[in-house]
Amino acid sequence: MSSTATGLEAVRTFETSWRALQVRKRWLTLGYGLLFAAVFAASAWVGEFNLVKLFQGLPRIHEYVAKTLPVLTLDNLWGDLSEWFYGLPKWLMLLWETILIAYIATLLGTLGALALCFHAARNLSRGGTSYWIARRVFEVARTIPELVFALVFVFAFGIGPLAGILAIAIHSMGGSGKLFAEAVENIDMKPVDGLRATGANWVQTIRFAVLPQVLPNFTSFSLWRFEINVRSASIIGFVGAGGIGQEFYTAISRLYYEDISALIILMVCTVILIDMVCERVRHRLIGKEGFA
Amino acid sequence: MTLRISGIDAAAIARARAISPGAFSQPLRERIPALAAGALFVGLTVYCIVLFEMSPVRLWAGFGKLLEVVGHMFPPTAKGAALDYAYAMLQTVAMALIGTVIAAVLAVPLGFACARNMVPGWIVRFVFRRSSDVMRGVDQLVWALIFVRAVGLGPLAGILAIIIADTGTLAKLYSEAIENIDRKPVEGLRASGASPVQTMRFGVIPQVLPIMLSNILYIFESNTRSATILGIVGAGGIGFFLADRIRTMLWEEACFIMLMILGTVYVIDWFSKRLRAKITGGTDAPTVIH
Repeated sequence: MSSTATGLEAVRTFETSWRALQVRKRWLTLGYGLLFAAVFAASAWVGEFNLVKLFQGLPRIHEYVAKTLPVLTLDNLWGDLSEWFYGLPKWLMLLWETILIAYIATLLGTLGALALCFHAARNLSRGGTSYWIARRVFEVARTIPELVFALVFVFAFGIGPLAGILAIAIHSMGGSGKLFAEAVENIDMKPVDGLRATGANWVQTIRFAVLPQVLPNFTSFSLWRFEINVRSASIIGFVGAGGIGQEFYTAISRLYYEDISALIILMVCTVILIDMVCERVRHRLIGKEGFA
Repeated sequence: MTLRISGIDAAAIARARAISPGAFSQPLRERIPALAAGALFVGLTVYCIVLFEMSPVRLWAGFGKLLEVVGHMFPPTAKGAALDYAYAMLQTVAMALIGTVIAAVLAVPLGFACARNMVPGWIVRFVFRRSSDVMRGVDQLVWALIFVRAVGLGPLAGILAIIIADTGTLAKLYSEAIENIDRKPVEGLRASGASPVQTMRFGVIPQVLPIMLSNILYIFESNTRSATILGIVGAGGIGFFLADRIRTMLWEEACFIMLMILGTVYVIDWFSKRLRAKITGGTDAPTVIH
């Protein structure tokens, strides 16, 4: 009978420790929940956020949005639409400029990232200094928002698209650079060793052992970056750095209500269209599973 | 194995080339698409350079001025306003936190409504998907500009902008996570007679919750960066000071604020990375189209 007794003993030990574990887990959940609630409450206080303000604000948002929408009548639909989109030729030109800004900025940013990413990859960097510098450059470039760069560049290069291009280029160099360096860190090192053994110099090693491995990834990242940069290029106009943003800012501040909705529709359509095209190309490049 | 190359001369190569030209070079017809793409690429770039007047002279002059500005930035000082700046920075982080939390909650029903395996009719899904596209197709700053006009200057406009833009982004990420769940637990639960609510609770939620939390943290990181500029249009936080100091050419203070942003973002990234690794068990960050 002693074996049953020890069996019961074991079950009892299991149950007590399981219960203790449950209690501990519950306390932990409660503790983290309270911590989260406290942080949220503190944030609400610092962020001057409360429900009263929110519910006072909501009707005003509705009012504002209603004002931006034009009156469309069924009998004169075409006339109403053409009145709503009266600035279409000009706006399309500005959208084209926005896309071009994003394009050239992506190109410059990618070239910058390409030049530095091999230094910023732990498996290829040749020394502590160049690694450190490349990493810090990428960090600063991607942490400072493009709009802040644009503010400074507008001062240095004058108002216009050039300031915006350089601002987006620098910011996207930081963003792409980080991804590029990570891709380089994940390569197969055998070709690198092979080329080094044949006496290839650093540039040759990069060109023939590293680049063929990472090029599809780099292209895909750059296309993705282009999508982001189209969005950025549509807002840098707020500080006078070119693109459709300038027009939007004017519409908002001069209360051209119907222009606001028309411009938003155009911007959304452009962004969605570009996303769709880029996604197609990206999937063709590295397969559907490779990149979410 | 020895390789005999003594027999190969110019005539042999010419013979081989005649037999299989494809082994030596791609025929022109197959190279046309690549060539056309290259020409388009170069043409577009040249067009851009001309259109945006990116002349070396102009760039040189600009970089000279830029260097001067950078020279004025050091040493960075706060000129006695360090506490104001720190509070504004804290407000920025608070805005990002509140915005992300509320967006994370609002995106749950939207995410389920956008998921192919949760909603049967395509019309419902189409409507919800397009509305989430519009939410994230418009930049956060554009939303901020609109909300500043609607509810006035201050952090509320910024928080609302974050909520709208990220509800759209998170709904997309959630719906992708939901579409990628393993069907087996769900079918098992249904077979054992579980109600729809129970199926959701024990079959779907446990699979998607870690991914959702990881996405939320990622968006929070991204928001602490993007919230720093909301103040430029008057939507609260550090951006107001930064834009003001740059416009009035107080470079030392502008540099101080930029360094503060760098430090804060660094700390938050580090913290969030650790938390995310704990939640997902070390898998990598999701790629977010933002």
